[in-house]
Amino acid sequence: MALLSAKGIKKDFGDTKVLKGIDLSLDKGEVLSIIGSSGSGKTTLLRCLNFLETADEGIISINDDVIFDGSDPVFRTEKSILKGRLHFGMVFQQYNLFPQYSVKRNLTLAAELNHLRNNKNADKKKLREELDDKASSLLSRIGLADKQDNFPCELSGGQQQRVAIARALMLTPDILCFDEPTSALDPELTKEVLKVIKDLKDEDTTMIVVTHEMNFARNVSDNVIFMYNGKIEEQGSPEAIFDDPKSPVLKSFIADDK
Amino acid sequence: MLPFPNKMQDFINVTIKLAEGFGTTLALFFLTLVFALPLALLFAVLSRSRFKPVSLIMRAFIYIIRGTPLLLQLMIIVYLPGIVFGAPITKWTVFHGNVPLSYFCGALFAFVINYACYFAEIFRGGIENIPKGQYEACAVLGMTKSETFFRVILLQVIRNILAPMGNEIVTLVKDTALARTVAVTEMFFAASELLRVNFIIWPLFYTGVFYLLFSALVTAFFNVCEKKLGRYYK
Repeated sequence: MALLSAKGIKKDFGDTKVLKGIDLSLDKGEVLSIIGSSGSGKTTLLRCLNFLETADEGIISINDDVIFDGSDPVFRTEKSILKGRLHFGMVFQQYNLFPQYSVKRNLTLAAELNHLRNNKNADKKKLREELDDKASSLLSRIGLADKQDNFPCELSGGQQQRVAIARALMLTPDILCFDEPTSALDPELTKEVLKVIKDLKDEDTTMIVVTHEMNFARNVSDNVIFMYNGKIEEQGSPEAIFDDPKSPVLKSFIADDK
Repeated sequence: MLPFPNKMQDFINVTIKLAEGFGTTLALFFLTLVFALPLALLFAVLSRSRFKPVSLIMRAFIYIIRGTPLLLQLMIIVYLPGIVFGAPITKWTVFHGNVPLSYFCGALFAFVINYACYFAEIFRGGIENIPKGQYEACAVLGMTKSETFFRVILLQVIRNILAPMGNEIVTLVKDTALARTVAVTEMFFAASELLRVNFIIWPLFYTGVFYLLFSALVTAFFNVCEKKLGRYYK
């Protein structure tokens, strides 16, 4: 049984058909990379999966449990979207940390709000302590234990992105999504972020990574999807995609990268 | 007889007179802020409304108020009711003890409307300058819209608008002097009376000291705020 399955995902922006029917499935512990040139729809696909955009058509399910069905308005209500989102963690290109909060508070804020929303009588002090402990242990895992009281502006881009990863992990999502996580970083900082992602793979974290880092996609992914013009042009193992591409557009895409 | 004690006495008397007027200046200043700030938030929300007629009317109103002199708006609000509707502002007088406040209220009304429009534009800019990524980060973390606004966005908006707000509020300190043109007995009015009745002109220049001191206080307040919020940013 697939952890995530998406069928027939379509999305238009005005007259532009950005996604023309995407099917994909993802097993637990699998790392899926999505590659393709700008405008191919890869970011939009990721955003439809975690409900930053709402798909026009298609079905998304987690463990065979339908969390979105484009033909049923129930799945477009705020309540349904809030619930569906929590299956996914998201790491953005621009980190999007909250500038006015310390690193630790960046991690605990949403976790605390989510918990209090569902348990009105929770013991706030105890909850804070638990979340602080969890945040500290996540931060030591990514090697930033000593930065927990700093503000985001005091960190390098790579450190900020690692904090953003920890913030997403704080809510223990089923699937962690990355939208070009290293595009804003120089090669040195890119390395440290990719190392964290690699470590997560070793711990069997399920991930979808939209990326321009071809070497990374080849080394870390279990499967690679190449998108072209709103459709999946080709998919397969990294070896199949990079060493033995079938489609002419993929061939030229990989040739351009070299 | 030495002239000095008399001059000293003059100085003290003038200072007291101006200080009395300055009380009215302060009342106008603080009451304008108290009413204009919440009104501005409403204006800002309306001018961002997705319902086009509302946002268009709001923006047109803001454009008209910002595009005409405050002096003209004071004249219109204080004199137009009497000229056009035969209901001069003195007819619906509000009293404070024995002092009629109708001119003060008229002037306050004009100041509130005028400043609410300027503040509204500052608020709007402050809200629109928040990067979209902040909203998206909140969304993917499962936060509701109100949690997003009050826990994440609001403080960033306040930080964004501090400098332009400080600017505008220092301008308000000095703009209060315009109220004398519609018979509000604020400090500048008091100084003009000393010139008219006692033929002494220096109190007019002396008012500058009051304005400067008060502006300095306002500026210092905003500097402290900026320092407090500034440590989160490079």
